[in-house]
Amino acid sequence: MFPKPIEKQPRAAQITYQAMLPLALLFWLGPLLAVALFSVKPAADFTNANYWGMPSSFEGAFNYGQVFFNSDMPRYLLNSFMITVPTVIGAVALSCMTGFALGIYKFKSNLWIFFMFVAGNFVPFQILMVPVRDLTLQLGLYNTKTGLVLFHIAFQTGFCTLFMRNFIRALPFELIEAARVEGISEWRIFWYVVLPLMKPAIAALSVLIFTFIWNDYFWAVVLTQGAESQPVTAGITSFNAQFRAAYQLMSAGSIVAALPPVAMFFLMQKHFIAGLTLGAVK
Amino acid sequence: MTVAADASEQESWFHRNQQRIAPWLFLTPGMLFFLVYVIIPVFQSFNLSLYEWDGLGAAEYVGFRNYEDLYWEWVDRDAFYISMKNNLIWLILYLAAIPAGLFIALFLNQTVWGIRLYKSLFFFPFVISQVVVGLVFTWFYDPTFGLLNEFLGFFGLGPVNVLGDERFVTYGIIFAGLWPQTAYCMILYLTGLNAVDPEQIEAGRLDGAKGWKMLWHIIIPQLRPATFIAFVVTIIGALRSFDLISIMTQGGPFGSSRVLAYYMFEVALSEYGFRMGYGAAIAVILFLIMLCFIAYFLWSMYREEKGR
Repeated sequence: MFPKPIEKQPRAAQITYQAMLPLALLFWLGPLLAVALFSVKPAADFTNANYWGMPSSFEGAFNYGQVFFNSDMPRYLLNSFMITVPTVIGAVALSCMTGFALGIYKFKSNLWIFFMFVAGNFVPFQILMVPVRDLTLQLGLYNTKTGLVLFHIAFQTGFCTLFMRNFIRALPFELIEAARVEGISEWRIFWYVVLPLMKPAIAALSVLIFTFIWNDYFWAVVLTQGAESQPVTAGITSFNAQFRAAYQLMSAGSIVAALPPVAMFFLMQKHFIAGLTLGAVK
Repeated sequence: MTVAADASEQESWFHRNQQRIAPWLFLTPGMLFFLVYVIIPVFQSFNLSLYEWDGLGAAEYVGFRNYEDLYWEWVDRDAFYISMKNNLIWLILYLAAIPAGLFIALFLNQTVWGIRLYKSLFFFPFVISQVVVGLVFTWFYDPTFGLLNEFLGFFGLGPVNVLGDERFVTYGIIFAGLWPQTAYCMILYLTGLNAVDPEQIEAGRLDGAKGWKMLWHIIIPQLRPATFIAFVVTIIGALRSFDLISIMTQGGPFGSSRVLAYYMFEVALSEYGFRMGYGAAIAVILFLIMLCFIAYFLWSMYREEKGR
């Protein structure tokens, strides 16, 4: 192991290390902790310039209550879920199939199609912006959640295919050959042999895509406007306009908006990291 | 009877050829989506960049005039020049996330009590939205109450309006962006460090290598795959930078924090008028820059595929 395990170091080094961990964390998450502090302060603290002192009274319940019952926030949150969940299902379903096709079969254009997905996944959003917005307008899906979902599914299929294909490649190919010898049809091989083995990959991709889509801002701004269809990332900016100087409400709102992916990450940590570090270990 | 025979014949034809047909059946839905929403729009943007179009009326063919306008903006050191320059600064400074991530990973790569929780908490900034990161850092930099100025004031340094000053604004935003990006690189390296060969470390220790020497000659070469991915995601992240700029400054003050990605958006979809063709031309330039890195990445993948 590198660096040398701390247990094998002198006692003083061990104590220093243990003491430095929380300090470093405090420093690293400082800005976030500040927002958490803001979110439980009363409005008066900001007018009295008591920004960084202790809250003069604990107003957490009131502030978060305002966010939930007196703003568009619940609406935006609901929109975010209604955009994110179908996208995750759609992109994972499509890429299970494309990944299977590219990982199992040998045909001439295999590698080129694979590279098309990989390359497309890396293009800057701006080169898609005008045509995609135009297409969405023409389909009558501008400013709808469906319009956003369709694009997200299509775009995420690029990354998901890369992921799934590499995962399937690492499966034991003998399983498929054995099934073919048994005369099992290709569709049933996909459904009964390969898909059950893909569960960890499906879990990893689901959390990852959930986070990506939840946090998307650009497409939310380009393809939607207004509270009926916008997700929480875009919502928080209108929130910003509405509560410009109400720092306590802005903070509470930001924390609420950030919570779902954070919860997802803590619940599915192992899978999340497995997804992110794809290919980083050989 | 003939119908039944036909059916069985059909089925057997499908049965005989299913290994040739199956991949295409599996590929069709995904490819269709991807072509319609990603591949074709790239070419449409190329085409569009040769037109003058406000998004509503008829498009007027203008050849390369949009690009010429960009060139003159370049010569005049205007918006395009500033965006390009800022993109370059982003590209270079963003790479600091890689050594910073490695540093934190080395710091956290121990097995003391509670370290798993520490690792996840350090990863936090990557999980939250850039919109929230942008808001958090806007307050952090705020000239009247921001933590940064409280901190500077502690050393007797005057308040600095980071986001309101043309000299500092881009660096301030990049610094905010480095926060989540470093967390990402850290996770990549933590995983990579798990896979480092303990025997090589022992051999190194026997040869008297430790500290920097060990890190440089034995550890970093083994972290190559992690470094490669960190490099790819950091470059892409730097060129895609949009959210933070939009949230923190909207390109200001006086357009001094624009990058190509933001400038394009501004030209095509905001009060500066709906100049779709001009925007497309900017997007094409950004795409061509990105293409160099995409090509390099694909080339590396291709070599690896051939190698196995």
